[in-house]
Amino acid sequence: MTASTITTQPPEAGPSYRAARFTDVLHSEWTKARTVRSTMWTLIVAAFLGIGLGALISALSAHHYASSGGRAAHPLWDPTSISAGGFGIAQLAIGVLGVLLITSEYSTGAIAGTLAAVPRRERLLGAKAVVVFALVYVFIEVVIFAAFFIGQALISGHAPTASIGDPGVLRALLGAGLYGAGIGLLGLAFGTILRSAAGAISVLVALLFVLPGILAALPASVEHTVEKFWPTEAGSQIGAVVRTAHTLSPWAGLGVFVLFVGIVSAGALVMLKRRDG
Amino acid sequence: MPKTPTLSYTGQKIEARSLTKRYGATLAVDDLSFDVNPGVVTGFIGPNGSGKTTTMRLILGLDNPTSGQVMVGGKHYRDLPAPLREVGALIDAKAVHPSRTAYNHLLALAQSNAIPKKRVDEVLGMVGLEAAAGRRVGGFSLGMGQRLGIAGALLGDPPVLMFDEPLNGLDPEGIVWIRELMQRLAAEGRTVFVSSHLMNEMAVTADHLIVIGKGKLLRDEGVNAFMESNAEHWVLVRSPQLAELVSAAKSAGAQVRPGTENSMEIAGLDSRAIGELAAANRITLHELATQRASLEDAFMDLTRDSVDYRSTEVAA
Repeated sequence: MTASTITTQPPEAGPSYRAARFTDVLHSEWTKARTVRSTMWTLIVAAFLGIGLGALISALSAHHYASSGGRAAHPLWDPTSISAGGFGIAQLAIGVLGVLLITSEYSTGAIAGTLAAVPRRERLLGAKAVVVFALVYVFIEVVIFAAFFIGQALISGHAPTASIGDPGVLRALLGAGLYGAGIGLLGLAFGTILRSAAGAISVLVALLFVLPGILAALPASVEHTVEKFWPTEAGSQIGAVVRTAHTLSPWAGLGVFVLFVGIVSAGALVMLKRRDG
Repeated sequence: MPKTPTLSYTGQKIEARSLTKRYGATLAVDDLSFDVNPGVVTGFIGPNGSGKTTTMRLILGLDNPTSGQVMVGGKHYRDLPAPLREVGALIDAKAVHPSRTAYNHLLALAQSNAIPKKRVDEVLGMVGLEAAAGRRVGGFSLGMGQRLGIAGALLGDPPVLMFDEPLNGLDPEGIVWIRELMQRLAAEGRTVFVSSHLMNEMAVTADHLIVIGKGKLLRDEGVNAFMESNAEHWVLVRSPQLAELVSAAKSAGAQVRPGTENSMEIAGLDSRAIGELAAANRITLHELATQRASLEDAFMDLTRDSVDYRSTEVAA
């Protein structure tokens, strides 16, 4: 028997359960993030690089400062940025964290079960984004304050140090978490678009390291403009206390970065909603 | 698990109307219309690659139909307010993050649909995985994976359940367990839709069959009706006067269908009656042979080529 139309009302009483909300999906995504080993490993790597490499960079820079002319030779000496130097590399681990939170669903096929449980794609991606943002922000703040105090202790006695009360220092330390969380969100968005960890991590490496390196080959005037507005270069200015040449101000830079993260994330959502699976 | 059904409401149908899915040049699902009704186990059978999984993915809103539509309980899947409370599905038992434990896998699913935590322990008990709750899924056997997938489907105590090839990789004990589970769920008034490429298994599990081949609907009928119409004895005949024999057999009330290599197959008359019919009409017979098709054979025959005369019988 084949009726030509579909019944639009349930034949009996309606459901008695409560509808799922965004906070339910958030709860679920948090459980998923904390119950896979890759989350812990990427954070351990990021902490190791952020604190360990930061300490090494602080010590080496301070000795270099002391042995090569002091203040006169180093007018842009920025002890806050130097103690956070490990994040230059640690940010990749943060990006990988965001990548893996979505690509592991595709590589294992678990995405089918996830989308069956949460068919509203914007809700799913939104919950993953909130988890990435909150987890990465809190994590980076812990690590960057640790790196700051360790770094200043190592610099102390060899070169000028920074303290929390100095102008711009607290902004740089609290702002660095925003930049790092944005890198995590970029990983999530590229992972969603490409559905492949290898592909998404390659894009992150290109964005963070390869392409900025290639910029040096451009004519100086072009290079300076592109460098100024390059999303990750612009975004990382929030973590600097001393402004260098060809950079945006901390908040303008963060604005450019946020705009970029927003555009890539919107692209990820459009693709997630449109395509199959 | 209480014996009495805990359903808040039953009677939810799956309704497909002209459902079509095209991947490039391939029509995976071709103008499929059917209803899956509550209270019975509906077997969804077809050879591998006939579009069963694609159809189930369309029902779950995982893939978008090229045209047509499919609804569950009168709603598009993507509009369900808490889908796991309405539809429980096992699509691919191995599709679980291997480093997550069975408990945490189910917990995340439950949280996403506001299903109470205690239900996780309940469903783990129902499928016999309590002892493995804290183990990582990556170390599970295929059978344990199937049980975990079924636990996930039961999590929301839904009125509609879908299982895609749940018997794959199961030992005989597991097959019996799943068969009894599906029949019990149907007896509770739920809609149970289960795909398989194993006709004989469906013949003993399902009450109703939806048969597809190359994405097209071939049969939509009760198991008993399917057995009657497909497992009956056909008699193969060859004759230089085949057209005369066919019209004589038809006027005697028999069913006739083309056989292989210029033969015809006749049902409704046995070989003796056909021989006498031929003699009475002075028709020369070159061959007269009773065909004994098993249900499996009937299914293979039915699905061998879905664009021949057999598919048109569905519309009749």
